[in-house]
Amino acid sequence: MKWQRSWHVSGTHQACGNIVAEVCQAIESHGHAEVVVFAVRLALEEALANAIRHGHQGDESMQLGVEAAVDAECIDLIVCDEGRGFDPHCVPDPTRDENLMIASGRGLALMRAFMSDVHIDPPGNRIVMRYDIHSPPPQAEGGHTTV
Amino acid sequence: MAGSSHIRSRTSDGIIEAELLDQHILDEVVIREIGQSLTDLVDAGGDSVDVVVDFSQVAHLSSSALGMLITLNSRVQERGGRLMLTHISEPIGEVFRITRLDRVLEIHDTVVDARAELRGDS
Repeated sequence: MKWQRSWHVSGTHQACGNIVAEVCQAIESHGHAEVVVFAVRLALEEALANAIRHGHQGDESMQLGVEAAVDAECIDLIVCDEGRGFDPHCVPDPTRDENLMIASGRGLALMRAFMSDVHIDPPGNRIVMRYDIHSPPPQAEGGHTTV
Repeated sequence: MAGSSHIRSRTSDGIIEAELLDQHILDEVVIREIGQSLTDLVDAGGDSVDVVVDFSQVAHLSSSALGMLITLNSRVQERGGRLMLTHISEPIGEVFRITRLDRVLEIHDTVVDARAELRGDS
């Protein structure tokens, strides 16, 4: 049976924490492996943190929209913010030698590494992610992906 | 033994050991507090410049936590010390490998291993 929920909340860390907890509980209740819970928790946390930090620039009066759907095979997530968006092609690759010591900029790379599919709709304030157990990200199969 | 609500620390043989007490290091406020507590330990360390951070209790961390560790690593190195991370779980180890931070941060299985490396035993 598919579990679905949507939220429209203030962009606060507290609200985001509650959403992440509820989604992870739904994933566990569908019997998914720990590696799946870890991956989705990480990706959702990063998407929400980016929305608050970069999209809303910390303005807690701005609203986040989150949709989640969980069944036995897939976890689908959508995170929307009220920011101006960004061009994902302009985000520097954090794994390049010259960027390794930079303290930020790894969120999108982690989302891509830990989810089966990630795309960002123009203008860049809506991110759509899927974890498909039939098409898991390379790291979930024990491989070492690069981003 | 000293600490905050997020870390428990002690210094022995010139090495600062800090155990992270949170299972989830995801919240930005918590990460800032952990970073500040660790920085305070380093700055107050006197001749103790090497730091071992124990991740035994940590199940999840975010990219912001990675950033905090990079900043801490720079601070320790500025003082002529080395930062070592221990008891990293397999999924978190994967986060370090994916981001290639395993090339920048020293990771050891246990605190004992880290201490041995710092003493030059290994």
